[in-house]
Amino acid sequence: MKNKLSRFAVPYVVWMALFVVAPIIMVVVYAFSSAGGGFTLANFARMGTYSVVFVRSFKLAIIATVICLAVGYPVSYMMSKEGPRFQRLAMVLIMLPMWMNFLLRTYSWMSILENNGLLNQLFQKIGLIALYNSIFGTDIQFFRMMNTQGAVVLGMVYNYLPFMILPIYSVIVKLDNSLIEAARDLGANTFNVFRRVILPLSLPGVLSGITMVFVPSVSTFAISKMLGGGTEMMLGDLIEQQFLGGAYNPQLGAAISLVMMIIVVVCMVVMNHFGEGEEQAVML
Amino acid sequence: MSKELIRLRDLCMAFDDEPVLNKINLYINDKEFLTLLGPSGCGKTTTLRIIGGFTTPTSGDVLFDGVRINDVPPYKRQINTVFQKYALFPHLNVFENIAFGLRMQKRPDPSDPTGKKLVKIPEAEIRERVMEMLEIISLKGFENRKPDALSGGQQQRVAIARALVNRPKVLLLDEPLGALDLKLRKDMQIELKRIQQQVGITFIYVTHDQEEALTMSDTIVVMDKGSIQQIGTPEDIYNEPKNAFVADFIGESNIIDGIMVRDNLVQMYGKQFPCLDGGFAENEPVDVVIRPEDIDIVPVEQGQLTGTVTGVTFKGMQYDIIVDFRGFKWLIQTTDHSPVGARIGIKIDPDGIHVMKKSQYSGMFGDYSSFSDEYDELDDASLEPDEEESGDEE
Repeated sequence: MKNKLSRFAVPYVVWMALFVVAPIIMVVVYAFSSAGGGFTLANFARMGTYSVVFVRSFKLAIIATVICLAVGYPVSYMMSKEGPRFQRLAMVLIMLPMWMNFLLRTYSWMSILENNGLLNQLFQKIGLIALYNSIFGTDIQFFRMMNTQGAVVLGMVYNYLPFMILPIYSVIVKLDNSLIEAARDLGANTFNVFRRVILPLSLPGVLSGITMVFVPSVSTFAISKMLGGGTEMMLGDLIEQQFLGGAYNPQLGAAISLVMMIIVVVCMVVMNHFGEGEEQAVML
Repeated sequence: MSKELIRLRDLCMAFDDEPVLNKINLYINDKEFLTLLGPSGCGKTTTLRIIGGFTTPTSGDVLFDGVRINDVPPYKRQINTVFQKYALFPHLNVFENIAFGLRMQKRPDPSDPTGKKLVKIPEAEIRERVMEMLEIISLKGFENRKPDALSGGQQQRVAIARALVNRPKVLLLDEPLGALDLKLRKDMQIELKRIQQQVGITFIYVTHDQEEALTMSDTIVVMDKGSIQQIGTPEDIYNEPKNAFVADFIGESNIIDGIMVRDNLVQMYGKQFPCLDGGFAENEPVDVVIRPEDIDIVPVEQGQLTGTVTGVTFKGMQYDIIVDFRGFKWLIQTTDHSPVGARIGIKIDPDGIHVMKKSQYSGMFGDYSSFSDEYDELDDASLEPDEEESGDEE
């Protein structure tokens, strides 16, 4: 199997060893170390305190992933049905935000969602806030949107939606049209063509889309910090605090990272397994 | 004989103002094996797609059992299709591929007296019918394989079974043997004919391969440039081609300018030949077709015509020799070897001569001047299935 070209892979193998494998080993070592350096399980024992952060992180990431899938799949499907020029244009529009700096994009959401931000000013202008007050007998000046879980989910959906659309689109657009014609020929109506042919054949794209949205969502810290205002702390924020913040405790941070990683890997394995079974399951 | 099942009436089709079909009129009988034969771009696949419901004609009607079905979607037609590249569902195994159509079906509940309640086909019956199909296509024991674990010929048979299991009235086949190698193609031709006779339904078959058409069909429809050139039995098409295009497309032919002196007498090269054709005006210019196997080589002094041999190719069963008759080269198939440069005479029996009216194709075919050893391949290359014509609509 030794290929002459394989030596060109050496730089990456070295890179991976230095910057992927070694750090993971260090994380594992740290996770099982006490501040003094001895072996301990205390870091894991302390984690119960933070279970609320774990639950919140996974909850928000799952919500964001589900929304991305619900929005992204139809978009991918429609796009693949259009002409090549429309497809190119839509692709550019979907990618366009990604060419801008991530922090800048998230900052701009802050100014949109603020108490006296663009959206609230708009609601004021069109009388939505007055209407709300008259219906519910309240006396609010603005809707509180910043520093909520909703804002965090919005930020994640906004930032990661392209990662859902692209893999699904690229699978659907490659589907052989004669398969769809064959299904129609065999008596499938539009719904059944979708459910029994297009959907099962696009599952690989869906699975990689879910992975590419869920993993960064669950570990994000900038979005939750900026749009959640620190009140909606997520795992990413927690870990950051252990390494850089006031709560300095790298051993605990490493333990949290390790647990998060294991949970994510387990999720992915389960989902991919489910995905393989799905091909048959859809037919039942 | 049989009753008429499908009729195409003044069918026209244009893509972006480019006419593809021009007033196609055709009827197809129940239980018939009908072949649409023609070079790529002749409109045969478009005709098939219109019958299948994948394309709507620009004008004209498609009648099925006397009912106009122009606007009936494919899934409501009693017609199933075997696609060029099989189009088996890659995510389903052989059993589920064949069962697909049955799972889509709903039919009146037998226990419901009003007959309005629709139910799915019970699993036991699906199983039975799929197994019966696997038997017909000789693929028992393959039901759990995925399509990519099958050979081309096996995939082909699954595609046929998947269509036939729905018991359609008509099966459409779009160049189904195109991707198979020669040996397999010959076996499948016989297999297809057997299956058609066993299930007793109408097959409409599209191909550019004249040999395939001659082997399997009850009726051949020769098409070119969006028009039907001739409809007939394989024997009719071969023995009595209507014009130079048909004569050239089906088998090998020498096509010579002639003058019909009177009934049963045609003049070529200034000499008169007795023939069996009639019904032309006196001294009407005509095209004369002479099949290469209908020409006898005789000594020069006994020949009706004399010419010089310019090329000889050994073909196994016979020699293909090219003979120059005053600048026009003929192909003659004979079991006797004649060396290049030899002067020979030829004799043609009256039943070896077929006279055709002049047409737009006159003078385009039937001269073997460009004949070379590769002429077979050259022929094939010009008849490759056209992706644009047969592919999807994008």
